[in-house]
This record gives sequence, C-alpha cells and structure tokens, in this order.
Amino acid sequence: MKPASFLPGLAGIAATAAYGAFFLHAESQAEVLGLVALAGAGVAALARLGWSERVRESLAEHPARSRAATAVALAAILALFCREHFPMLMLASVLLYTVACLGLTVQFGYAGVVNFAGAAFFGIGAYTSAVLGAHLWHPLVVLAGGAMAALVGSLLILPVLRTRGHYAALVTVAFGLLFRTFVEVNDALGGPQGLQIKGMNLFGWDFNSGIRIGDTEISFYTNYAVLALGLAALAFAVVRRLERSWVGLNLDAVRLDETASAVFGIDAARWKILAFTLGNFIAGVAGSVYGMMNGFVAPNSFTFGDSLILVSILILGGLGNPWGVALAASIVVVLPEKLQALQEYRLLFYAVLVIAILLFRPDGLLPRRAREYLPGWKPR
Amino acid sequence: MSVLLACRGLSVRFGGLVALDALDLEVRQGAILGLIGPNGSGKTTFFNVITGVYSAAAGEARFGGEDLTRLAPQRIYAAGITRTFQRSRLALPLSIFDNVMIGNHRLLDHRLWFNLFRRAALKRQLEENLEKARALVAAFSKRLAGRMFDAVGAFSMIDRRRIEICRALVSEPRLLLLDEPSAGMTHEETRELMEDMLAVRARLPGLTLVIIEHEMNVIERITERCVVLNYGRKISEGAYAEIARDPQVQEAYLGKE
Repeated sequence: MKPASFLPGLAGIAATAAYGAFFLHAESQAEVLGLVALAGAGVAALARLGWSERVRESLAEHPARSRAATAVALAAILALFCREHFPMLMLASVLLYTVACLGLTVQFGYAGVVNFAGAAFFGIGAYTSAVLGAHLWHPLVVLAGGAMAALVGSLLILPVLRTRGHYAALVTVAFGLLFRTFVEVNDALGGPQGLQIKGMNLFGWDFNSGIRIGDTEISFYTNYAVLALGLAALAFAVVRRLERSWVGLNLDAVRLDETASAVFGIDAARWKILAFTLGNFIAGVAGSVYGMMNGFVAPNSFTFGDSLILVSILILGGLGNPWGVALAASIVVVLPEKLQALQEYRLLFYAVLVIAILLFRPDGLLPRRAREYLPGWKPR
Repeated sequence: MSVLLACRGLSVRFGGLVALDALDLEVRQGAILGLIGPNGSGKTTFFNVITGVYSAAAGEARFGGEDLTRLAPQRIYAAGITRTFQRSRLALPLSIFDNVMIGNHRLLDHRLWFNLFRRAALKRQLEENLEKARALVAAFSKRLAGRMFDAVGAFSMIDRRRIEICRALVSEPRLLLLDEPSAGMTHEETRELMEDMLAVRARLPGLTLVIIEHEMNVIERITERCVVLNYGRKISEGAYAEIARDPQVQEAYLGKE
C-alpha cells in the first residue's frame, strides 16, 4: 500500500484551526448559527466524499508531523486571540475539561469503571488549591490536588470493586452527592459560599496579571491557556501510551469480560484500582488549575449535573478516543457560551445532544479505533 | 506416565442443587481425556471449578503439588491450566493479536513504568510476541495469520474458535481444557478444527488435554480414555469402545426402554 501523503492531514488541521478561530471570533447569533450549520454540512459532505478517512489516515501515518502542525495551529490561535479575555478563557476551559475527561477515559473508556462523580474529583482538586495555595509552591499544589483526588477516591475503591455495572455506577453517584453536601456544611471549607483561591504563581510569574508587550496588553487568561495546553499535551501522551501497551490491553480485557480475563491471569482488581486512581489523579490536577484560574471555588460548581456533563463529553466524543474527548469538550463548553439562546437551556441541550448521539451515532463523533501499539506499527 | 491432575471427592453445589457430586478423576500427563454426558451433567461445572471460576463445596483437585480448589483463577493460569469456553468468550472489539496476547499474560511485562516509559523495550517485546502469535495462528489458518490486526468480531464461528484455542495455547500450558469445541459448527468445520488440533498437539507433545464434546465421532477419533458424567456423578470410565457399550451410559443418553 502506498503511504498516505501528509497533505490531507495538514489541510484537515488547518481547516479545523481556521474554523475554531472563526468560531471564537463570531459575535452575532446569526454568525454563530451559520458556523454551526456549516460545520454540520461540511462534516457530512467530507465524510460522504471519503475525505475525512483520508485525513485520518494521513494523520495516523505522520504522527510527528501531525503533532508539530497541531502545535503550530494552536500557537496561531493563541497569537490571534491572546489580547482578549473571553476566547482565552474558553480555550483554557476546554483544555482543562479535556484533561479531566481524559482521566475519566482511563476509568470508563478503558477499564469500564463508570464514574458519575467526575465533578467531585475535579472539585477536590480545586478545594486543594484553595486550602494549600497560600502555603505551598504552586506546582506542588497542583500535584497535591491530583493526589488528594486519588486519595479520596481510594475510599471508593472497595465498594466499586465489590459491585459491578449499574451498582458500581450508583456508588459513584452517591459519592458525588455526598461530596457536595460535605463541602456545603463544612465551615472550614467555606460552606455554601466557598473559598477564594490565589492565582497561579510560578517563580514570580503571576498568572493573574496580564503581560504588557509594547502597546499590547495580553490577557491574563493566556497564561492559563498555555498552562492548560501543556497539561493537556501531557495527559494526552500518558493516556495514549497507556492505551497502546500491555496495560491498556489488560484494561480492555477487564472491561469486556472479567471472568474470561481472570482465567488468563488478569487480576481485575489490580487494573481497576490503577485506572480509578490514575483517572482521579488526572481529574484532580485539572480541577486544581481550574480553581486557580477562576479565583474561587464553591460547592455549586460540582453538582451531579456537572458530573453528568463530563460523562456526556466522553459519550459524545467516542468512548476511549482522546481526540474525541477534545472535540466533544470544545462543543460542550463553547457552544452554550456562544449561543445565548442555549445558555438558559444548557442542561436540556446536553441531554438532547447525548440522546441524539446514542440514537444516530452510538460510538460517538470520533469512534475509538483498533489499538495501534506504536504509531504506524501495523505489520501485515 | 505420571498423574497430572487428580480429583478426589470434588463437589460443587448451587444452593440445593448438586452440580458435581464427589467426583474422582485422574488425568495422566500427556493424555487426551474425553468428558461426556448429557446436558446438565456437570461437565462445564467441572471445568469451572478446576479453573477457579466456581469454588468447590468439598474435595480437592491436585495439580502438581497444589490443591486447585484453594487457588484464585489467576494462580491456576500461572500454574499452567488454560481453557476455552463453550460459548466463545473472546474480546470481540479487539484484534486477533490482542486476544492472543490476553492468553499470553503470564509472559508479558505489566509494570506501569515499563509500559509508559520504556517504549523501545516494549517495541521489542511487541515484535517478538507478534511473530510468536502469528506462527501459532498460522498453524490453524494462514488466512487468519494475515489479518492479525482485524477485530475478532468480524470473523466466523469457526475462526473465532480457532482464535480462542490459540489464546489458550500461546502461554504453553501443561493442561488445556476444551469446552465443546464443535458447538455451533457443521460436521465439516468440526473435522477441520480437529485436524488442526491434532497437528498442533503433535508439535507440543507434553500437552495434556481434557475435551468436552457431544460429537461422538470426535471423541472416538481423538481421545484415549473417556469419563461419562450424569447428574454430577461419574457413571462410567474407559476407552470409547468400552463406554459406548456400557448399559448405564446408554441409559443416561437414551433413557430406559
């Protein structure tokens, strides 16, 4: 087979980036609606012509170049919008949601451990930032946020391991509700009003003040967008490598048939604990940075509904596909902000979206592909 | 030849139902033992208790120096027992290679650090194991060996059974338990599969086999000795020609005149 050229892939990345830029730029409702319609029609047409498959193949065959092109595209978007607060806030939020959902992907997508308390673990990270932010070097605070989420999650491991399927899901639902009530009545954690969080500070670089270069003032959200981008790249690499390894194979085997995998020596408990802990750690890290960016944390941001949004991002994107997570996070975070008509009906919008996906495209927008252990490693 | 597996008084109960009733059974090293009996006579239950899926209510099953009834399924696999399932239990969305590698668990490196950060070493391990898996699958079907990265769900019943047998063989077990390999297949397909089985076994002379089968010509052709179960009890034992003449066996299968 002739190796695919990189051109279709490059065109795909460029078109996606340009679309993203237009979307972030669009102000009027007519523009936004037009762009949404364009995306729908465009994606359908490209799939019809078989071009989306060519783009995918081309990207899969040139992993290093794809990464470089993606980095350039993101840098271009950063350069274009770095002076404005709103687009940078959107970008940073999308990326942090992506990180949190990558954590849930390890749990739900790979090991099959459903977690309906994602927002709670995200929140534990944010609360950790609030409590430790004034006392500790901030990179350590972020790590502590992840560690706290993993630690609190370990309380749940026993009940999750002892139950299966729906019952394990119910355990996490109960925990999510419990978490919110716990912080709401806990005065040391600010009760219903929540707590202030100090902004990120790295070696004297204060993330919460804009940077002035000549006449232009760069939004302080750009700091967080860059940081979130770094975190997303890191989480992406870890999750990808995890999937493309013997560990990823074990996680899949446990999810698909626990009894059959036990007969072949696979210890379901070991792998579920690993996936659950790692997933919560990643969600906690994302929450910790998110808290610093927002400047405050309150119980109302981490409700059961917020956990459902995280799960709906997984299902919408395509369970187990990191790229799907990034795409779905963009849709779920940005679209309601841009379409004011949707603002009021946010949750309704998510519900309709998830039902539509389950009906018409049950594997998600970007279904997970067969495991390719090493990029391009598919010897015949 | 020495005894590889020795069961004494092995019993399994589900509430009031006695699925396996004080079974005494021996499998000699290198033998092919047929396990037959009407539906619900306890054959699959026997496999399940030997592989640790069910726990025994009484009795023991000695394999090497260990009592299998006290071991978790994972330890039993590590001791060298693998099996296939009556209704194929492959991981359908995963590729042939992935499924065979699930069976190869014992011989792979599962440390997190190794898998995430020693990618060059992991690549070597992948390549070695791909060759090994491909050679094994090729012994059953050249066509399948050329499609190692296709999802198992896309293949026919007989191909899935071949893949399942490869998954059970790849870790070079000492004892292989085949649970009705001909289920859901035509006579022609069953014959084909048995040819493949015998060919593979010829390359692995140390392998001991226990096979559950309803196709009596398969049993007649490949087994040296048979054990007949009925209502969880052993009612007959011997070469196929002997047990086929046993009035108790005829009664269990055909009923009393």
